[in-house]
Amino acid sequence: MTLIEAVLLTVTTAATPLLLAALGELVVERSGVLNLGVEGMIVMGAAIAFVAAKMTGNPYFGALLGALAGCAFSLLFGFLTLTLVTNQVATGLALTILGLGLSGMIGESYVGEPGVQLEPISFPFLSELPLVGPLLFAQDIIFYLSIAAVIGVSWFLFRSRLGLQLRAIGDSHGSAHALGISVIKTRYCAVMFGGLCAGLAGAQLSLVYTPQWVENMSAGRGWIALALVVFASWRPLRVLAGAYLFGAVTIGQLHAQALGIAIPSQFLSALPYLATIVVLVIISRNRRLTLMNTPASLGQPFVPDR
Amino acid sequence: MRIELERRPSHSALFSVLSPFIALALTVIAGAIIFSAMGKNPVHALYSFFIEPLTEVWSLHELAIKAAPLILIAVGLSVCFRSNNWNIGAEGQFIIGGVFGSVLPIMFHEWNSVLVLPIMMIMGMIGGALYASIPAFLKTRFNTNEILSSLMLVYVAQLFLDWIVRGPWRNPEGFNFPESREFHVNAILPEILPTSGRADWGIMFAVVATILTWFMMRYMLKGFEVSVLGQSARAGRFAGFSTTKMVFFAFIFSGALAGLAGISEVSGSIEQLQPVISPGYGFTAIIVAFLGRLNPLGIFAAGLILALTYLGGEAAQISIGLPDKIARVFQGLLLFFVLACDTLIHYRIKIHTAERANVAGEGA
Repeated sequence: MTLIEAVLLTVTTAATPLLLAALGELVVERSGVLNLGVEGMIVMGAAIAFVAAKMTGNPYFGALLGALAGCAFSLLFGFLTLTLVTNQVATGLALTILGLGLSGMIGESYVGEPGVQLEPISFPFLSELPLVGPLLFAQDIIFYLSIAAVIGVSWFLFRSRLGLQLRAIGDSHGSAHALGISVIKTRYCAVMFGGLCAGLAGAQLSLVYTPQWVENMSAGRGWIALALVVFASWRPLRVLAGAYLFGAVTIGQLHAQALGIAIPSQFLSALPYLATIVVLVIISRNRRLTLMNTPASLGQPFVPDR
Repeated sequence: MRIELERRPSHSALFSVLSPFIALALTVIAGAIIFSAMGKNPVHALYSFFIEPLTEVWSLHELAIKAAPLILIAVGLSVCFRSNNWNIGAEGQFIIGGVFGSVLPIMFHEWNSVLVLPIMMIMGMIGGALYASIPAFLKTRFNTNEILSSLMLVYVAQLFLDWIVRGPWRNPEGFNFPESREFHVNAILPEILPTSGRADWGIMFAVVATILTWFMMRYMLKGFEVSVLGQSARAGRFAGFSTTKMVFFAFIFSGALAGLAGISEVSGSIEQLQPVISPGYGFTAIIVAFLGRLNPLGIFAAGLILALTYLGGEAAQISIGLPDKIARVFQGLLLFFVLACDTLIHYRIKIHTAERANVAGEGA
């Protein structure tokens, strides 16, 4: 494997959790719900996936349980914001705080223990292609799922009837309700999909990225994913591009540290966060464009009148 | 089964008062379930988590130490949230306040004067306010989402503190430990009642901030402006209030209080800079703000309750051998229950069983 291949491979590994989490949140926000609990769902997914994989020795089972944990956690958010119409911003924060605490408790006795790694699956012949082979055809299952999810979500949102309904709800839940579309039910499904994706993103962190449990190992990725959705102006392919851009920044920062560049490591570590702010500024500068792209009902509570 | 909400004609005064207490009760019940699930006697565990820290005078001092930063930050955040500005980065402003306030005792440590402490406190407030004005500037100038920008700045602040403590400000006589030099006695916030415990004047800052903010929100035009712009930016503009100025006011106000909390913590209970100076006060304060229903007086009480979860977490670790992360779990649960119970203020909750739901459907 050449050096370039190795570097690109680490970029995909760094980008995949961002991509998954952002893609899930994109669907959630397209339905008009703002879930700030992504960080909490990721870290819960990571903890549950690690523990489940460790206990059974099966990383696939771990990944599955991690995704389900994210989904279960999102249901908690859904129940509060959709059924009890609580403030979405505050509820999302509660989810993050609870997730960081609960995952810390669950993972406490596993700190420092070696984990179970999700091994890459190689496609015969294809994986032997130069450059693209190892990059696209010799990866772990979560990478394949993330790419499939981009295609699936794009198709769903812009080519399917249900996707059209979901976008309609996000843009005007009142009108959608009047048309007889079930706003709450659709939003529940969207929120659960977001949880599933975030949980899987977490599983990727503890089963692929660094196969071990470290407290708070999500390290702000949930928040970066939220920023990516804005960056992508709520479009799946742009999420893909954004996630890989950020993966590259993260990896570049790590390589710069390894090369012993004379900048203090903390400044390099701050780069992804600073890059997020810069990107947000660039994207949101054009107020008209942002308003045009943002789902109009985003963050608005909905109570059907009867 | 189906749950339906029915909007109350006017908000329920009864539940306004009761809902935080219902939330607390539910949190205790959930806590009992968690303790049982972890194989501990729930009564014993709850006692050592919530009651034991209150039974001795020295631990009441500890409670004040933990409550002071929470109340200071949350009082500031309440003004911010009321004006519909979402400053989620108080943790970062706390840290930068601590660093800014430490410039004097670390870089000019030979200078001994009674003026050191007041200048430190003011510097801390300036540091927090400046750091908080970054998301405010980005929001007003570039329309940038303040939730995300203020949060990203938390990570940046944490890394900055880590760097400055390990690098330029590392104690030359500190045997290479990653910490700054210890503060001179003039730079240490004095204790209030040194005979009975180590609570410092930080708690008095919290009392003063609570009263002043309460007064401002209730009797001053600025407080009215905060509420009007928070409820309807449009209505506020008709009244001649500026949204842009309000964004800056809210962020600088909350940032300054978070910064004051930061430097009080550093000069009061830590007495030097360390790579980590906050056990998540900035985030917990968000819960405090909501539990206190964004009212300074309520926040004071809520701050004491949340401070108890920190002490309870330590107690859980020492006396019943549970990880101290359980404090965070309690905090998260409490916020969930607070938010859920607030629904009772504005809505009646109707639970339909399947059969009744059908009847209701036919009726409609």
